[in-house]
Amino acid sequence: MLLAPIVWVLTVVICYFFIAKTWWFPPPINAHGAAYDAQFMRTLIVVGIIFFLAQFALGWVILKFRDDGGRAQHSHGNNKLETLWTSATAILFLGLVVMGTQIWAAVHFDEAPPDSIQIEVMAKQFVFNFRYPGADGKFGHTELRLINDANGDPFGMDPKDPAGKDDIISPSLKIPVGKSIKLIMHSRDVIHNFFVPELRMKQDIVPGMEIPLHFQADKIGVYEVPCSELCGLGHFQMHTTMQVMSEADFEQWKVTQLANR
Amino acid sequence: MASPSTHTAHHAPEGFIRKWVFSLDHKVIGIQYYFLGLFSVFLGMSLSLLMRFHMVNPNVVVKWFAVLWPAAAAGGVMTPELYLSLMTMHGTIMVFFVLTTVPQSGFGNYFLPIQIGAEDMAFPVLNMMSFWTTFLALAVMVAAFFVEGGAPLSGWTAYPPLSGAGPLTGPGEGMGQNLWILSIAIFCGASLMGAINFIATTVDLRCKGMSLMRMPLTCWTWLVTAILALLGFAVLLAAGVLLLLDRTVGTSFFLPGGLFINDHIIANHKGGSPLLWQHLFWFFGHPEVYIAILPGMGVTSQLLSTFSRKPVFGYKAMVYAILSIGFLGFLVWGHHMFMSGMNPYSAMAFSILTMCIGVPSAIKTFNWIGTLWGGKIHFDTAMLFALGFVSLFVTGGVSGIFLGQPALDLYFHDTYFVVGHFHMIMGVAAIFGMFAGTFYWFPKMFGKMMNETLGKIHFYCTFIGVYCIFTPMHYVGLMGNPRRYSDFSNVLYLAKAMPLHVFMTYAAFFTAAVQIIFMVNLFWSMWKGPKAPMNPWNATTLEWTVPSPPPFDNFAGVHPVVYRGAYEYSVPGAPADFIMQTDPSIVPSSGH
Amino acid sequence: MGMAASLTHDVYQGPPPPVDPGWGGGGDDSEGRGADRRATFTGLFVGLAACTMVFAALTSAFVVRRGLTDMNEWVSIHKPPILFWNTGILLLSSLLLDLSRRALKAGARTRFNLWWSAATVLGILFLAGQAYAWYQLRQVGMFISTTPASSFFYVFTAAHAAHILGGVAALVYVDVQALRLQLGPAKRTWIDVTAIFWHFLDGLWLYLMVLFYVWG
Repeated sequence: MLLAPIVWVLTVVICYFFIAKTWWFPPPINAHGAAYDAQFMRTLIVVGIIFFLAQFALGWVILKFRDDGGRAQHSHGNNKLETLWTSATAILFLGLVVMGTQIWAAVHFDEAPPDSIQIEVMAKQFVFNFRYPGADGKFGHTELRLINDANGDPFGMDPKDPAGKDDIISPSLKIPVGKSIKLIMHSRDVIHNFFVPELRMKQDIVPGMEIPLHFQADKIGVYEVPCSELCGLGHFQMHTTMQVMSEADFEQWKVTQLANR
Repeated sequence: MASPSTHTAHHAPEGFIRKWVFSLDHKVIGIQYYFLGLFSVFLGMSLSLLMRFHMVNPNVVVKWFAVLWPAAAAGGVMTPELYLSLMTMHGTIMVFFVLTTVPQSGFGNYFLPIQIGAEDMAFPVLNMMSFWTTFLALAVMVAAFFVEGGAPLSGWTAYPPLSGAGPLTGPGEGMGQNLWILSIAIFCGASLMGAINFIATTVDLRCKGMSLMRMPLTCWTWLVTAILALLGFAVLLAAGVLLLLDRTVGTSFFLPGGLFINDHIIANHKGGSPLLWQHLFWFFGHPEVYIAILPGMGVTSQLLSTFSRKPVFGYKAMVYAILSIGFLGFLVWGHHMFMSGMNPYSAMAFSILTMCIGVPSAIKTFNWIGTLWGGKIHFDTAMLFALGFVSLFVTGGVSGIFLGQPALDLYFHDTYFVVGHFHMIMGVAAIFGMFAGTFYWFPKMFGKMMNETLGKIHFYCTFIGVYCIFTPMHYVGLMGNPRRYSDFSNVLYLAKAMPLHVFMTYAAFFTAAVQIIFMVNLFWSMWKGPKAPMNPWNATTLEWTVPSPPPFDNFAGVHPVVYRGAYEYSVPGAPADFIMQTDPSIVPSSGH
Repeated sequence: MGMAASLTHDVYQGPPPPVDPGWGGGGDDSEGRGADRRATFTGLFVGLAACTMVFAALTSAFVVRRGLTDMNEWVSIHKPPILFWNTGILLLSSLLLDLSRRALKAGARTRFNLWWSAATVLGILFLAGQAYAWYQLRQVGMFISTTPASSFFYVFTAAHAAHILGGVAALVYVDVQALRLQLGPAKRTWIDVTAIFWHFLDGLWLYLMVLFYVWG
């Protein structure tokens, strides 16, 4: 019956593009990303085998058991088989989750290392902004009524607070390579999301909540950060970059930014 | 013989209004729901074609856009807000007015009473009210297109503050969002009415001999779906009311303090939690997707058995699988919220439960293949759609194994990988369940046969077409393609995804065009199709013991008695390769 | 190759089902109404499950909201004392409904009418009392958006009152049917269902009172 070869061809084509990695993740830039990719591959192999076998079996029964005028086998089932494939499925699926726990734990159960560089993220319709605390390591006080987007201050910095004098505001994220970064994420209007494909990490930014996210990037380069939670008509344009630079370049950048304030 | 003493009239109603408009007959109501769903699916599909067109041609001028939307497409170019409102309405209309109505309220209304040997639903007046309430909900929803600001743009998930803070967050977030919430609330009421009817009918109106374990699997899926709807829509109703209050009277259930939207300080809200909305919504939203798929699974089991002339493989296991899916369906809602900022430990709990729910789904798939194994398969169009359902359910289901792990969701959340996953399951497998039900039950509903040639052409083109539309979504998802973007040109790494998007758009237009074949087949056959016999498929369940279409009270005053289960096919020693449920002849049967 | 039978030879069908005297195998008409009665009760309990879920959702929203606020920052809602009177009225109305049902079973139609109508009046009085409670709240400046506690108070009481309104409509319907002397067996089921629904709303109200006074 025509359906069998169609199912088989579709299955082979689908599997091919996964195996050939024709459209694929960008290469990871940290250990978390490598661990992520390993877990993805484990899942892909399990899922791929199940997918292939199930579609193959479907095509097989379609071909082999076409009506030829005889009587079908009268069978109500097979409890042994039932138990077997139920247990196998349960073990496989739960096993995958257990194997992935380590990755999730490293991102969300563990606190950021104490020497992490803290950077505040302010998401708003439709721009990301980042604030660095400067040499004093303290973020200056902010207030809503002091917000002045036109003048490059989306945070609403309080000019009377000395801790804010050395704060740096940047529309893109600049970080040094190989150092632990802790983002402290805020939104001032609706839910947004910070996503860097190469980091294999994303996090919703929710107004009314202060959400931490820690990571480390081990490869110098510029990486795109597209907003990944529907935030309004400009959602498709809400986009920034994460630039990973050498430590020296990063220090230089901070000096330049402070000088230009 | 004693006349049935239920509250349905002894005589069929007279007059056009009583017969076809405010009918109390579950069969008419089922067909009304079916056509409401048919209208909705074409509306929803048109919206998706507009979306797909815009995604690959974001700046092109289309003159009639300006005619349809003078404000939102001035100059003939679709604005991002128009795109998002089309997207919101596409999702809403498809999920509520197609996937929740046709399989359950359409086919279920028509065939549940007949399959269990009842005269009508338990509460025919409530049934009639539930249809017209649904109709009202659809009217209110469509009205959102026509108010100032247009339809809302917050997606079918309507997360606050985007949906909760009023017109400041974007166009369509004024009256459009209010009408959307109102429509959903009305729909909740309609659903609750329907659920009460389904449950009471199944529990109390089964005819003599129709024990629960002799019911066709379709009846089991309609029962569990009704329970899911009962408990789920109640929560959505509460959530919708709270959101409407936040928007209109200044409460702060979901809105936190410190909001600065569109150059305005929002001083009158504080202390609310956007995550609370997500919890309430998804507590409904996850059972909702099982509401969308379970009846299709029931139809598939029914058809695979009928058309391979074999009993369902593991009927009891199938029943337990349906019950587990229903039960577990209430415990996994957090897997929609892994990235939301909720407690990461609860994320792990939800993940484990999500993997657990994969197990009964897998059981059903294995049992479907087990049903086909050793059978004598007839490839009528209805059967082709049931086989297609199995293939699509496998494809759509397995991508869930990636998404159910929070570790992997760290990349896949809000990408096209998710969009591909849920479209495969809901947008295709569930739709194939509806097509299968249509081809299978059309003879009974309309007394005519549908055209097999047109049916097969439609099937093959649609089957290949949907694979072409939705499989590439997984690939662009792998590339990190975010969802709900009206235009990808702002993200440089998506340039390589564009050829796939173009391919998907062509596939979408092709597949949509092919549906014309189905519509021609449907309507032509209603008028001019060959007359249908009582039991064209040689099937065993009760609807095939009554004329096509059935008389007003289904069994013409006779009360059926059932002697066996629903899947007595190819019983050794029987004179034919099927034994009707109502057949009392003693044949050595290994059934219940 | 399809399976649709042609018009020239008929499909195999089983022997016609035997004539059955009544649904479920019973012998007389009441069995049919028996199925009706059973189904109506199932419908009632299923409907009550849905009601419960609505209030469970509102309760969980309340618990979350409460949990987001520090203990000493939560402004408890001012509860007008009339709430206790309203509670008493509602409980009394339930008692009267029960008395009236017993009277009906004993065949005392007049007593049934009396107690049932009295319960209906009390139900309407409860709604009036709730409206007055709202009025009193507004007098002290407690509107729906004033504090989270007040928001929940209004939402809970409004949701409850909406159900009471439906209950009152059902009570009035029975009253009218009783006056018209049209209380046949089918209406008996409706009387029982209405009474149980009313008792449920009572219980729900007691739960809400506990919520307001202990948590609100």
